[in-house]
Amino acid sequence: MNDTTAQAPPGGARVEVVGLSASYGRTRVLESVRLTVEPGGWLAIIGPNGSGKSTLLRSILGFHPHQGLVRIDGVPTTGMPRRDRARYLAYAPQTPVLPEGVTTRDYVTLGRTPHRPLLSAPRGVDRQVVADVMDRLGLRPLAERPLATLSGGEQQRAVLARALAQQPRVLLLDEPTASLDLGHAQQVLDLVDRLRRQDGLTVLSTLHDLTLAGQYADRLALLSEGRVVAEGAPAEVLTPAALHTHYGARAEVVAGPHGPAVLPVRAAD
Amino acid sequence: MTATAGHTRSETDQAAPRRRRPGLVVAGAGLALVAALLAGVWVGALPLPPGAVVVTLLDRLLDPFGLHLSGGLDGTHEAVLLQLRLPRVLLAALVGAGLAVSGAAYQGVFRNPLADPYLLGAAAGAGLGATLVIAYAPSQTLGPFGIVPLAAFVGALVGVGCALALGTAAGGSHTATLLLAGVAVAAFLAAAQTLVQQQNTEDLREVYGWLLGQLGRAQWSDVVLVLPYLAPACLVLLFCGRALDVLAVGDDEASALGVHPGRLRLLVILAASMATASAVAVSGLIGFVGLVVPHIARRLVGGSHSRVLPVSLLVGAGFLVLADLIARVVLAPAELPIGVVTAFVGAPFFAGLLWVGARRR
Repeated sequence: MNDTTAQAPPGGARVEVVGLSASYGRTRVLESVRLTVEPGGWLAIIGPNGSGKSTLLRSILGFHPHQGLVRIDGVPTTGMPRRDRARYLAYAPQTPVLPEGVTTRDYVTLGRTPHRPLLSAPRGVDRQVVADVMDRLGLRPLAERPLATLSGGEQQRAVLARALAQQPRVLLLDEPTASLDLGHAQQVLDLVDRLRRQDGLTVLSTLHDLTLAGQYADRLALLSEGRVVAEGAPAEVLTPAALHTHYGARAEVVAGPHGPAVLPVRAAD
Repeated sequence: MTATAGHTRSETDQAAPRRRRPGLVVAGAGLALVAALLAGVWVGALPLPPGAVVVTLLDRLLDPFGLHLSGGLDGTHEAVLLQLRLPRVLLAALVGAGLAVSGAAYQGVFRNPLADPYLLGAAAGAGLGATLVIAYAPSQTLGPFGIVPLAAFVGALVGVGCALALGTAAGGSHTATLLLAGVAVAAFLAAAQTLVQQQNTEDLREVYGWLLGQLGRAQWSDVVLVLPYLAPACLVLLFCGRALDVLAVGDDEASALGVHPGRLRLLVILAASMATASAVAVSGLIGFVGLVVPHIARRLVGGSHSRVLPVSLLVGAGFLVLADLIARVVLAPAELPIGVVTAFVGAPFFAGLLWVGARRR
C-alpha cells in the first residue's frame, strides 16, 4: 500500500545511467553515456543544441529505445512496469501539452494516476496530496481556473505540481525555464531547489542557460555530440576552454557566491 | 517580490466563468432526454394524447408485477405507440447516444476538435457495405434481421480495421499517421461505393436515402440488433473517461504517468468504432451529431472527459430524438431524411457556439 506516503514523501533515489546509447534511425545521438546522480542531488545536463540532452532524459524515462542500463536505487528500470516506474520518476517536458478546458486542480490531479486504478475516481488520499502540493506551490487561488488562462510562470508551476503529485523520488525536468523570462525562470528554479532540499528529491534536468545551471545545480554534465565530455562541480565543468571547444563560444567565467556565471564576450575586431 | 505580485494579479483576475456543477448538468440532461423521449412518442402524423401515453407505458412496465392501470390508449393508438413510435424513438436515442459518445471519444483520442466518429473510414465502409447489398442482394434476410444493417455494420468495422492496419504499419501509434490512413481508406471506400452505385442507377434512390440517414423503418428488431453491440461499447467508453484525460497531456507525459498511450488509444478506437458501426447499421449515415454534441457537452462541463462523455451520451440521445421528431413533422405526411435535419439544426448551432466561444476569448 502506498497510502502512507501521503503524509511522508519518500526521499530522493540514486540514479545511475550506465553505457546508455540511443539512435534516431541510423544516426547515433547518444554514445555510452555514464552518469550518476546521488540521492537529493541536482544534476544539470548542459550542452550545445542537438547534443542529445532531451533524448537522454527521454531514454532514462524509457520513452526512447536505447541500449544500456538505467538503475534507480540499484533497481534496473528495464522490464519495470510503467506504473511502478511512474512512482519513482516524474517528468516535466520542455513544452507541456496543456489540455483545453481543464482546471488547474484537475490537471494536478492527473499526477495521481500511477497511485490509483486508471479507471476509478480520485480517492481521499489523492485529493489530500493534490491539495498539499497546490498549497506549497501557491496554486490554491488558481485551482478552479482553466489552465489556458494561467500565465506562463503559473502554468510551469502547475506542471511542477502535477509532477510532485506523483510523489516521485526523482524529478526529471526538460528545460524547465525554456519559455520563461529571467525573473520567472529564477522563481521556478528557486522552487525546485526548495522542494529538493525539503523533500530530499533527486533532480535531473536539462538547462540550456549555463549561468542558471551553474548557480542552481550541484553537478553538471556537459554533453557534446552524444558523449559526456565533462562531469563534475559547476566550476570544474564551466571553463572558457570547454565552452570554446564544445559550443564554439567565446566566454569568460566569473566566480559568483552560488556558482560560476558565464559571460559571453564579443570578438575583438 | 515578484512571486507575490504574480499571485495578487491572478486572484483579482477571476473573470473566467465558473463551471456549472457536473451533477446538475447530468441531471438536467437526463430530464431533457426524458422530455424529448415523451415528446417523440406524443407527436407525429397521428397525435397521441400525452396522458394516455404515459398511462399505457406505465401499465406495460407494471404488467410483470400483475398491476394494471385504466385510462390507457385504445387498440389502434396503442399499436401506433408500441409498434411504431416507441421503437423509433428508442432507436433514435440509442443511435444519438452512440454517435455522440463515439465522437467525444474520437476527439479525445486524436486531441482534435474536428474529429468525428466517421473519421477512420466507418462511414465510407458502411456506405460501401450497404450499397453492395442494396445493389446485388436487395431482399435477403438473416433470421429476423435485414441484410443491409449487417452489411453496413461489417463494412464500418472493415473500414476502421483497414485504417488501423494501414496506420499502424506506416507509423506505429502516431495519431497523425492514423488520421491520414483514415483519410486514404475513406477516400478509397467512398470511390468504390460510388462506382457500385453508378453501375446500379436503378437503386440510386434507396442508396441515397440510406446514405442520408433514416429511422423511418425502425422496428423492435433494430433495437434488438444494435443493443448488444452499442451498450457494451458505450459502457467501455464511459469507463475510459479518466484514461482519456491522462492521454490529453500528450503521449510522453501519459507514459510518465504510467499509462500505455498506444494500447489505450486502440481500446478507445475499437469501442468507439463498435458503437459507430452499430449505430450506422440501423440508421444510415447521420452526420453532425458526433461532431457537435461533444462541443455542447464541453461547453456545459469543461474539458474533462470523465464528464464530457456521459453528458455527450445524454445530450446526443435527446438531440437525435428531437431531430427525428422534426424530420417527421416538417413535411408531414412525408419525411425529411434525419441527416438533413441534424445538419440544418446542427450547423447553425455549431456556428453559434463558435461565435460565442470566439467572443468570450
